[in-house]
Amino acid sequence: MALRNSGKYIAFTTASGLLMLSFALHAAFSGSITVSTTNRSLVKELHLTDLCLFTEARYTRHPSLADRHAPFQEHPTAFEHFPSGSLLLPQQKTTGSLNAKY
Amino acid sequence: MQSINRHYNILDFAIASLLRRKGKNLALLTIYTLIVALIASLIFFVQALKREAAALLQDAPDIVVQRLMAGRQDLIGLENIDRIAAIRGVSEVTPRRWGYYYDPVFGANYTVMADAKLAPQAGMATVGLGVAKNQRIGPGDIFTLTAADNSLILLNLEKALPFESELLAADMILLNPADFGKLFAFPANAATDLAVTVANPREMVTIANKIVETVPGSRPIMKSEIIRTYDAIFDWRGGMMLLVLAAALLSFVIFAWDKATGLSAEERRETGILKSIGWETGDILLLKFWEGTAISLTAFLTGVIMAYIHVFFFSAPLFAAALKGWAVLYPAFHLKPFIDPYQLSTLFFLTVLPYTAATILPSWLAASADADSAMRS
Repeated sequence: MALRNSGKYIAFTTASGLLMLSFALHAAFSGSITVSTTNRSLVKELHLTDLCLFTEARYTRHPSLADRHAPFQEHPTAFEHFPSGSLLLPQQKTTGSLNAKY
Repeated sequence: MQSINRHYNILDFAIASLLRRKGKNLALLTIYTLIVALIASLIFFVQALKREAAALLQDAPDIVVQRLMAGRQDLIGLENIDRIAAIRGVSEVTPRRWGYYYDPVFGANYTVMADAKLAPQAGMATVGLGVAKNQRIGPGDIFTLTAADNSLILLNLEKALPFESELLAADMILLNPADFGKLFAFPANAATDLAVTVANPREMVTIANKIVETVPGSRPIMKSEIIRTYDAIFDWRGGMMLLVLAAALLSFVIFAWDKATGLSAEERRETGILKSIGWETGDILLLKFWEGTAISLTAFLTGVIMAYIHVFFFSAPLFAAALKGWAVLYPAFHLKPFIDPYQLSTLFFLTVLPYTAATILPSWLAASADADSAMRS
């Protein structure tokens, strides 16, 4: 007996749902992130502060150390000219008065 | 059982109805799936990257002290080490000497750092895998950097850092302090910044405030701020998230508008015929519900599966281009799979429900009309 349209749809949806569930299990059983000894010692020894995600400009390579208005330091009215600069949010300062002036 | 059979029959009819307009619905399903895949990829990528950053930077310095000169970061004098070390609660102060080097041949920016452990002798260097690949060099090879006085510094590559460290150090060149000083004509009595270790993390804010008092013109950056920076970078208000979300939102508005502005003449006639052969308004609404669900649920499931494969099996090549910008170096890294059920359910409610609702609403208006007028319109 040929499978009805509804049967085909339900079979496809169930298969997709099961695949998604298997991905969820895959993610769950991947466990928590374990930082390798190499990385841990690199961060500790070199006192690293940032990820090497955007290497095109100083303030995107080390966003945590950059000034709030770093893109505009080239010139007071300079436009942002690095693509990753438009992907980054201005740094969020949370220590209140401590860094307010920067 | 009868109720289930009714659903089966209506679902059969709904799929047959969708297949009658195969071209239009296939195009719709493809675009819908791609939009879901794009948003889900972004959610997976951002969450996984945030977790990775938090884990990798847990051993970052407690406080980094910079010196500001005319509002810009300047070198900090080594005499400040003793002043900061004298603050109660500070257990260690380490000067960090580092800077940026632009390689005009390969057009890449490198982060150069002085480290006597990984480059114990002058003339030795350890580099990140990104630099090694970019310069096409391996352990034992010699490469050169141009010093501040335009002379060439010959360096012997001691080793390249392993692949797992790419996310931290792909662009790094670690030099012996003597070579570092020569490369940048770096003053011997200064450092780029100071890394401060604090005995009790709860005293961090107090110590940071004392550093500002003790070293005028200094700017302390605490570990919590460093880690929070990576939370904020990929915040939903950030450029990347906002761009993708805005594009997706606009697409949904177009979908919804297309659906809500009414049915095509053919669909309206179909509704009229169904009513005239005895279908009730409830049956027609159920039919439209199944039509909407068939499209949106398929798009959601397929989109999420595609996103998971894109991000966690192929390391998100689509985003790599966006993150890379004009940079030559980009780290190769594998993200640890992570699914946030809350964000996935939000995506479900934002994509599946509005579409299904937008499908039912105009049908309800058409189905409530008289069969004769629906067929004639």
